[in-house]
Amino acid sequence: MLEIENLHSQIGGTDILRGLSLNVNAGEVHAIMGPNGSGKSTLAQVIAGHEEYVVTDGSVTYKGADLLSLDPEERARDGIFLGFQYPVEIPGVNNAYLLKAAMNAKRKHLGLEEIDAFEFLKLAKERMAMLGMDPKFLNRGVNEGFSGGEKKRNEILQMAMLEPSLAILDETDSGLDIDALKAVAEGVNSLRTPERAIVLVTHYQRLLDYIEPDFVHVLSEGRIVRSGDKSLALELEDKGYDWVREAANG
Amino acid sequence: MSSENIESIVNRCYEHGFVTDIATESLPPGLNEDVIRAISARKNEPEFMLEWRLQAYQQWLEMTEPDWAHVNYPPIDFNAISYYAAPKSDEDRPKSLDEVDPKLLETYDKLGIPLHERARLAGVAVDAVFDSVSVATTFKGKLAEAGVIFCSFSEAVHDHPELVRKYLGSVVPRRDNFYAALNSAVFSDGSFVYIPKGVRCPMELSTYFRINAANTGQFERTLIIADEGSHVSYLEGCTAPMRDENQLHAAVVELVALEGAEIKYSTVQNWYPGDENGVGGIYNFVTKRGDCRGDNSKISWTQVETGSAITWKYPSCILRGANSVGEFYSVAVANNMQQADTGTKMIHIGPNTRSTIVSKGISAGRAQNAYRGLVKVLPQAHGARNHTQCDSLLIGKECGAHTFPYMEIKNPSAKVEHEATTSKISANQLFYCRQRGISEEDAVNMIVNGFCKEVFKELPMEFAVEAQALLNVSLEGAVG
Ligand SMILES: Nc1ncnc2c1ncn2[C@@H]1O[C@H](COP(=O)(O)OP(=O)(O)OP(=O)(O)O)[C@@H](O)[C@H]1O
Ligand SMILES: [Mg+2]
Repeated sequence: MLEIENLHSQIGGTDILRGLSLNVNAGEVHAIMGPNGSGKSTLAQVIAGHEEYVVTDGSVTYKGADLLSLDPEERARDGIFLGFQYPVEIPGVNNAYLLKAAMNAKRKHLGLEEIDAFEFLKLAKERMAMLGMDPKFLNRGVNEGFSGGEKKRNEILQMAMLEPSLAILDETDSGLDIDALKAVAEGVNSLRTPERAIVLVTHYQRLLDYIEPDFVHVLSEGRIVRSGDKSLALELEDKGYDWVREAANG
Repeated sequence: MSSENIESIVNRCYEHGFVTDIATESLPPGLNEDVIRAISARKNEPEFMLEWRLQAYQQWLEMTEPDWAHVNYPPIDFNAISYYAAPKSDEDRPKSLDEVDPKLLETYDKLGIPLHERARLAGVAVDAVFDSVSVATTFKGKLAEAGVIFCSFSEAVHDHPELVRKYLGSVVPRRDNFYAALNSAVFSDGSFVYIPKGVRCPMELSTYFRINAANTGQFERTLIIADEGSHVSYLEGCTAPMRDENQLHAAVVELVALEGAEIKYSTVQNWYPGDENGVGGIYNFVTKRGDCRGDNSKISWTQVETGSAITWKYPSCILRGANSVGEFYSVAVANNMQQADTGTKMIHIGPNTRSTIVSKGISAGRAQNAYRGLVKVLPQAHGARNHTQCDSLLIGKECGAHTFPYMEIKNPSAKVEHEATTSKISANQLFYCRQRGISEEDAVNMIVNGFCKEVFKELPMEFAVEAQALLNVSLEGAVG
């Protein structure tokens, strides 16, 4: 589904990603771990198409076609979803309105009719119940005054409604209480089908107890320095990042 | 027709009093007493109206153009303006929508303007506008039943001279300001509304107005009187882009609310703003004022302004009656080279008077948008209250927003609150929306509409929808 080859990317003239390669197939869950500042969010933003991140070398192929030439909205309509590490507040814009506009943009792209208001509401309430979210959040401004954890749940709600082919969740588990973590994991697991792929960026094993990854990668200084199965995460928890860094350098 | 010919006809007209059959000729540019006599004659006006105009003209001569607004424009040559434009004859008009510029029709479509109104807006010859005519006749019947007078200002001068005499200039005196004086001297036409005691006007006068108002010209004059306990909602303007060869527009609107009466005046205004460099846009200098003359009366202004090269406009309320209420809800958009200087004045005179101001200014491109508000509480206005909220939204880096709140509080029991915010549409907000599949343009519209929600909800339903579409069209290409 997603093939990243030797990706180099800069922000503000600084090299962040330095030759990153990664393959994600449909049906797989990948966890990406790594120290602060290693480039995890940068990778997520580059895949989503943020214009501030300049790709200087390498390629990204999604569903067999070049991804980097597409606008962010085209990528989104084509099934790429990014759960932001820091979801932005958009005061005055109704949460339900944004959600509906997003769904309809995608449906239009797929040649489907706009979702009917009742159907939308029914679906939204259903998904919110699954995530333990109060339906009141639908009528608030997008992330406006939401607590850290509420913002993250809102990201998962959007994901659950949009049913992406490739979901990248950037530290969606940070700032969640235990109940929320379980709810979010349930939301993610419900999307786990043979047609979809999920990339989890996380610092904690905790999340991986609920969502079992097929692969774990360690990112350091803009490169994947080690890949393995779920046991790698446990090993990391035990030994810290210095261990992989040393292994990579030595 | 050569200008010599016109002049000779004009002169003949002065010699022989009014000559109705020349009412189809425009006057040559320039302003003097004779021109005013000619205007009055062509409208067949009674003597009192001519006197009123002439006095206004004398007062105007002694005044100087204001220069304090936060706007810049080259000096206006008042002698280069023609003060009477003849109505277009049907031969000069398109015969049907097929003859209208497809670009204009496309805009109507984007704005969601009802089909039956498009022909009229596009200036199609009246005979061809079957739909509108029948709709208008139905409306007229309904209004007459309720005793509501709703007609052009010219008709009112003839048919209801006692009402015109009593109320004209009673809210905006002739010498109120430079443009009001000019308007008083040369006003072309406009609307007149009288709602009798205790009557609730059976419909939004908006719909009717939009279907019927002929081209009222550059010096429009509107007078609305709500008698005791009556209620009326009036909508001025429309979302369709209005082009006009006349660059200067100076309208006067006067509202009078007697005891217990309520007037809701909504404006959606979309004068041609000029091209990206501001060339050819309309200068819109308007005096709008409402007088809550009776106790427990209420006047509410709601406006959505997107047009004009320059807008200079402060709909105001004089809260004279005890417990009277004034409201001002405004969205002003300035894009490209537009300059807007708008706001309101709330003058608290009576006890326990209350006012609310909600102003939303949006600037994009290289536009400048200024809010200027005055809240004045006179010594006798015990318990007066005002709440002002003034928000600015900036799109892009080259535009500006300016806020000038003035307060003059002469009564210690008054409570006056002012809140102001300035925000920008951030790159991160746009990216967030785009990551959800929403195009940049739609994202901007969504954020702008969210910003304006409080004002839109004050508009009559169908216009709220149009106003929203209008904003989207106005800000097309504002980002990226
Ligand atoms: N605008 C910028 N200019 C220069 N450097 C930047 C800019 N934005 C981000 N960076 C740097 O890029 C590096 C990678 O940042 P990134 O957000 O991808 O890290 P991360 O792996 O997600 O870290 P964390 O675990 O803390 O979320 C960091 O060192 C960061 O300071
Ligand atoms: Mg990060």
